[in-house]
Amino acid sequence: MTLISDFLKRTEALSISSGQSLSTISRKILNDGKGLARLKEGGQCTLKTLEEATTKLDALEAELSGEIKLRMTHLDRLEAEAIHIMREVAAQCENPVMLYSVGKDSSVMLHLAEKAFYPSRPPFPLMHVDTTWKFKEMIAFRDRRAKEVGMELIVHINEDGVRDGVGPFTHGSAVHTDIMKTQGLKQALDKYKFDAAFGGARRDEEKSRAKERIFSFRSENHRWDAKNQRPELWNIYNTRVKKGESMRVFPISNWTELDIWQYIYKEKIQIPDLYLSKKRPVVEKDGVLILVDDDRMPIEEGDVVEEKMVRFRTLGCYPLTGAVESEADTLPDVIQEMLLTTTSERQGRVIDSDAGASMEQKKEEGYF
Amino acid sequence: MAHLDDLIASDIHAYLKAQEDKSFLRFITCGSVDDGKSTLIGRLLYDSKLIYEDQLASIEKDSKKSGTQGDKIDLALLVDGLAAEREQGITIDVAYRFFSTDKRKFIVADTPGHVQYTRNMATGASTADVAVLLIDARYGVQEQTRRHAYIVSLLGVKHVVVAINKMDLNGFDQSVFNDIELDFREFSKDLGFTDISCIPMSALDGDNVTIRSENSGWYKGRTLLEYLEDVDVDAATFDSPFRLPVQWVNRPNLDFRGFSGTVASGTIEVGDEIIVIPSGKRSTVKEIVTFGGNLDIAREDMAITLTLTDEIDISRGDIICKATSPAEQADQFQAHILWMSEKEMFPGRQYLLKTTNKTVPASISNLKHRVDINDFSEVAAKTLGLNEVGVTTLSLTAPVAYDPYVDNRNTGNFILIDRQSNETVGVGMFDYALRRASNVVWQELDVNKTARAEQKNQKPALLWFTGLSGSGKSTIANLVEKRLLDLGRHTYTLDGDNVRHGLNRDLGFTKEDRVENVRRIGEVAKLMVDAGLITMASFISPYKAERQLARGLLEEGEFVEVFVNTPLEVAEKRDVKGLYAKARAGEIKNFTGIDSEYQAPENPEIEIDTTKMSADEAAEMIVKYLNDNGLLSAYDV
Repeated sequence: MTLISDFLKRTEALSISSGQSLSTISRKILNDGKGLARLKEGGQCTLKTLEEATTKLDALEAELSGEIKLRMTHLDRLEAEAIHIMREVAAQCENPVMLYSVGKDSSVMLHLAEKAFYPSRPPFPLMHVDTTWKFKEMIAFRDRRAKEVGMELIVHINEDGVRDGVGPFTHGSAVHTDIMKTQGLKQALDKYKFDAAFGGARRDEEKSRAKERIFSFRSENHRWDAKNQRPELWNIYNTRVKKGESMRVFPISNWTELDIWQYIYKEKIQIPDLYLSKKRPVVEKDGVLILVDDDRMPIEEGDVVEEKMVRFRTLGCYPLTGAVESEADTLPDVIQEMLLTTTSERQGRVIDSDAGASMEQKKEEGYF
Repeated sequence: MAHLDDLIASDIHAYLKAQEDKSFLRFITCGSVDDGKSTLIGRLLYDSKLIYEDQLASIEKDSKKSGTQGDKIDLALLVDGLAAEREQGITIDVAYRFFSTDKRKFIVADTPGHVQYTRNMATGASTADVAVLLIDARYGVQEQTRRHAYIVSLLGVKHVVVAINKMDLNGFDQSVFNDIELDFREFSKDLGFTDISCIPMSALDGDNVTIRSENSGWYKGRTLLEYLEDVDVDAATFDSPFRLPVQWVNRPNLDFRGFSGTVASGTIEVGDEIIVIPSGKRSTVKEIVTFGGNLDIAREDMAITLTLTDEIDISRGDIICKATSPAEQADQFQAHILWMSEKEMFPGRQYLLKTTNKTVPASISNLKHRVDINDFSEVAAKTLGLNEVGVTTLSLTAPVAYDPYVDNRNTGNFILIDRQSNETVGVGMFDYALRRASNVVWQELDVNKTARAEQKNQKPALLWFTGLSGSGKSTIANLVEKRLLDLGRHTYTLDGDNVRHGLNRDLGFTKEDRVENVRRIGEVAKLMVDAGLITMASFISPYKAERQLARGLLEEGEFVEVFVNTPLEVAEKRDVKGLYAKARAGEIKNFTGIDSEYQAPENPEIEIDTTKMSADEAAEMIVKYLNDNGLLSAYDV
């Protein structure tokens, strides 16, 4: 009996380490896809059968240990794809830039860029379009990371918007986002004449993104034409643009939110503390918990500023980013909470709560 | 994203560890609007519990609005993305969808099935390892089934699942299933699929998608998800020849020179000998560099940086191969092309051809025929329109390294770009090279000896200096070279110093080795003459036969034998290097003139008696000879 249970334990271990299903292993060592399942349920076999199967199992295990260096997990493959894309841009585009929004996806992008060009430094600058309403912590994190990696950091602020006093409290989220973010980005791209800009968008974020190319062509007016995209086959990317035109390049298109978190965990990538829960002063506005990040936050009659254990699932302008109450103060806890929740990531972002295809419209207008 | 895994709640660390080891599969689903393709993908997403409640609520609302499925949730709505197609009820582009199980992460390319979207299907198929072809059980194998099978086979997909869908509408009748399976296997037998699995299915109800159906007790095979989790698409790749298309040269400082790229096939280890195509240069792998530390072995799909033991010139566009199995190179090809643009293809027009790492101008010199993708027949055609496939001949303005697409999906492919609009107008797969320029050494080039010599404004020649050790050969040769250089001529001198230490360092001084030494020098000198250089070879070269051999390698008038005639007693008296003394003492064996013979030339072009003239006078005399014999004038003058 212990013979069989030891044998089963080994097959299970092999299944986990090799990524093969138990029925596959069963077929390989017992010539019967259900053999292992039967043994597991208390079924018996002759000693001779067991001996033969054990010999085959030995061989499978040996084969695996040789192959282990050559195994690529799904994260390995996603990483390799992103590195390939970044190198292609570096080799083919004249004046690329990496858009850096300080969020977790940007942190992954920065890490991938370091990997892609090692031992060289990434051969392009970082650029942050600062709406002037970001969390203070984000700005500190941004400046520190750029210095550590040794990359040039360009910070662009839409000065027209600043002059007109545009902000989320006075102008509403839509106008603020359009002027400070969308228009700000266009200004910056025009100013520095970048012909390629890396972004951290993912296809799983939103339905219309699922069809966007990895190398996404933008007209001189930064418009995206969903119906007129360049075919993208294999890993050959057409990077050619005319003067004034540009590409948006999305190296982590094929990553999901879970992939991002797993990768951050596995690679120990630095992310802003705002993702982790701690006591922070928040006030409830229209059912959303907003962090009191600075004194521009209007505290109206009836508003109560409370210290709560909160964290953020996405990072943006602090008045537009709802905090969630949470006890998750370590990365695994955050991932655990994320996996156990049942609402999608973008729901907290004010910009998406319009009609179904709103992101598609915004993108046609030049939103990233 | 509620994965129903108890580990998430009980032990998140163990869960994360287990998830890290997941493998990866990209597949494509092909079928037309009514085959239930979007429903099938929606079903996979739904059954693997990857739908958030808010997403589900939103499609429940939409299901009622569009009302195609009565009270059931319309799972296709999960998948259809762009607003335009949601209204028309069709999928018009390629959408990529993601789901995962405990074993694998999947990327599904969801592409439309109509003939006008062939290009989109090809796009999805280009990165897929498995194709799921949907067939409506009510209609069996249709024209579109043949088309879909052809396209995925054209793009090199080897594993096919035939999902015979809507089996609920015939009560899961086994004979219907069997007939369709037979039909499919029959027509697809020449399409090069390595494995075909047929599964009876109802995507709408979920039968045999993720859960074995009780309605098809007669079916003993795997469910679709079981198949997708198990299929091994990796195994064969490790035995393929190693290819690293160089993407980017990594040069952070003068001490580091690495070649970055994604391994297109095979494996490479530190110490492996490599060859660079097209240059043919060779070296050995010194390090496999990655950010996470150096590796001792790397495989297909890894993004790596190689450093080599030698400083050789490599740039983007080159392919690094294992020396044992170099890629081919050519500038004229037969290729299959799929046209992707509404503007038709023009044979003769120049497009930009971009391979995995190189872009060169190219034109389609001939359209041999169009392929009818519905019945695979060859049709005469003058041009290719959108979504049409043709067999063409291509002429490139520069050679590219490649492998035939059937052998290698990563180095046998290319796209065609319109030079005015920069659109990607076509994609293609190399079948084979038309002109056998594939061997690295013996390329037939339009640039030949005459052209090279003309460029240098001279006639190439080989001055072969022979004579005893210490006779003054190298001294005179060096003076000649200096004068020629002053005259603006392109020259090179081969002598014991630069040949014995490198090319011929494996040779000693036995008779056999001396013969081989001179043979190799003759061959190298011939290449230099072919390159258009005035070449000087300064070697004792004691045997007549070998000097004759060297002469025979060159054209009439190119070989100039210079006998540096210094009598043995004079040379021995000079003994500049002290070698005669050692030879006399027996410390050096096989020394020419002492215990090894020297066969003096009988009719040398030039004879120099060093007892009667100085080295400078000798050099002057040789240059005069070259001039008198027209070797210093321009080629055709």
